[in-house]
Amino acid sequence: MDFDLMFTSFPKLLGATVITLKLLSASLFFGLIIGLLFAILRLNKNIFINKFAYGYSYLFRGTPLLVQIFIIYFGLGQIEHLRSTFLWVILKEPYWCAIIAFTLNTGAYTSEILRSAFQTINPGIIEAGKSLGISNKIIFYKIQIPIAIRQSLPAYGNEIILMMKGTSLASTVTLMDLTGVAKYIISTTFKPIEVFIVAGGIYLFMTFIIHNVIKFLEKKYSFSQ
Amino acid sequence: MNTFKKTIVTVLCSLLIIGNVYADKIKIGTEGAYPPWNSKDSSGKLIGFEVELANWLCIYMKADCTIVEQDWDGMIPALQMRKFDAIMAGMSITDERKKVITFSQGYADEVASLAVMKGSSLVGMDTPEGINLSLGGSDVKKALKTLTGSLAGKTVCTQTGTIHQNFLESGDVGSVNVRTYKTQDEVNLDLTSGRCDVALAAAVAFTDYAEKSGKQVVLVGPTFSGGAFGNGVGVGIRQASQFGEGSSLGDRDAKLLKDFNEAIDQARKSGKISELAIKWFGFDASM
Repeated sequence: MDFDLMFTSFPKLLGATVITLKLLSASLFFGLIIGLLFAILRLNKNIFINKFAYGYSYLFRGTPLLVQIFIIYFGLGQIEHLRSTFLWVILKEPYWCAIIAFTLNTGAYTSEILRSAFQTINPGIIEAGKSLGISNKIIFYKIQIPIAIRQSLPAYGNEIILMMKGTSLASTVTLMDLTGVAKYIISTTFKPIEVFIVAGGIYLFMTFIIHNVIKFLEKKYSFSQ
Repeated sequence: MNTFKKTIVTVLCSLLIIGNVYADKIKIGTEGAYPPWNSKDSSGKLIGFEVELANWLCIYMKADCTIVEQDWDGMIPALQMRKFDAIMAGMSITDERKKVITFSQGYADEVASLAVMKGSSLVGMDTPEGINLSLGGSDVKKALKTLTGSLAGKTVCTQTGTIHQNFLESGDVGSVNVRTYKTQDEVNLDLTSGRCDVALAAAVAFTDYAEKSGKQVVLVGPTFSGGAFGNGVGVGIRQASQFGEGSSLGDRDAKLLKDFNEAIDQARKSGKISELAIKWFGFDASM
């Protein structure tokens, strides 16, 4: 075991963690917006809107993230017409391709998490609101959304952790995230075990933080207060 | 430790060692993704210059060989972990790699080159046809200066962990924006898509791709050899000292190195290497 290498590679890997966190936060932010939008579409009574939202979540939950990122990066890059449009400005960059893939993926899972949270809200609460003469809009924003968010916290915490680990696939499209830099160090030192142990430790630490933040939020917003 | 435990440990250890070593088969690792050195045909069978050469070397060594596939970025670690006994994957002999493994004598040498898509501003760069970085001199310096100017601000793509990456990061051509890929196939894809302004690899890797895909990939600038580009391609073998000289594992590796060197001598004398090189590269790349 080469401990020197572990020490010298640690700061480099920590620097690369910034990219990992950027990818994670951007895709979670956009993914949450998409997820909320599609969860609402799923609850719509119109069968076309409903099926469209279902199709999206089925497609992105039913295929591996690696395949999705490859299709968006290498696949779309091969379409010549696309290369002459303004879309290419975004798709040319591996960074944006990764964020698009991660966003669409986490958006699909988030929409399912939020949909089930909306559906488990006790109808009595909404009826109570109605009987007090509160408008449907206010009921949705002030009652349904806060309760749904509270309900979905444990499942959403899992999704954040899964997505954090998923960002390691960014290295397959040339991005120098935590895994990318780990692979780069290995390509010059030929010592995979030491470097991956350090990289794995950093991922574990991030999971630890996310896990505890979610636990704290769960406690804070629990009903039993 | 009681006898029972000792017996179990002994049995397990010997099983591990027998399984890996005393099967007197030589396992040769190759990438299968770097044509024409080594690649796969449409049915997934390994083909290429090195695959055929490996089979001939084994005939000369009178050894039973199997050729196994391994991703490029894990090639040297896999050798060290005894997943196979020798590397034949277009791997150039460099000082950096010699720190961790050993090499047989070189069997082939081939120059590296930059490539761009037709119509790129880099076409027609004013440099000599080829430069040898080991020789140095004013010609080489002038060529590197021209390259530094032309590559500034360009995205240069290459495969991870290659001599080409080492060269781009050596500072010989200034600080260029290097983007690295897992395989040469992916480099080719992004060169044609336009994400890469220019790519660096073995010259034949580009000409082979241009020919097979019909894409307008053209070579630009000088061909490179020497310096960061190493001293030809050889068979990579574990250092005998990794398991201790005199140990059975170390001895086996030392013998393997000797056998490969003799087999390469024989293949060179009989003209086999030249013959295979002409078949796969279109010119005699033997050394």
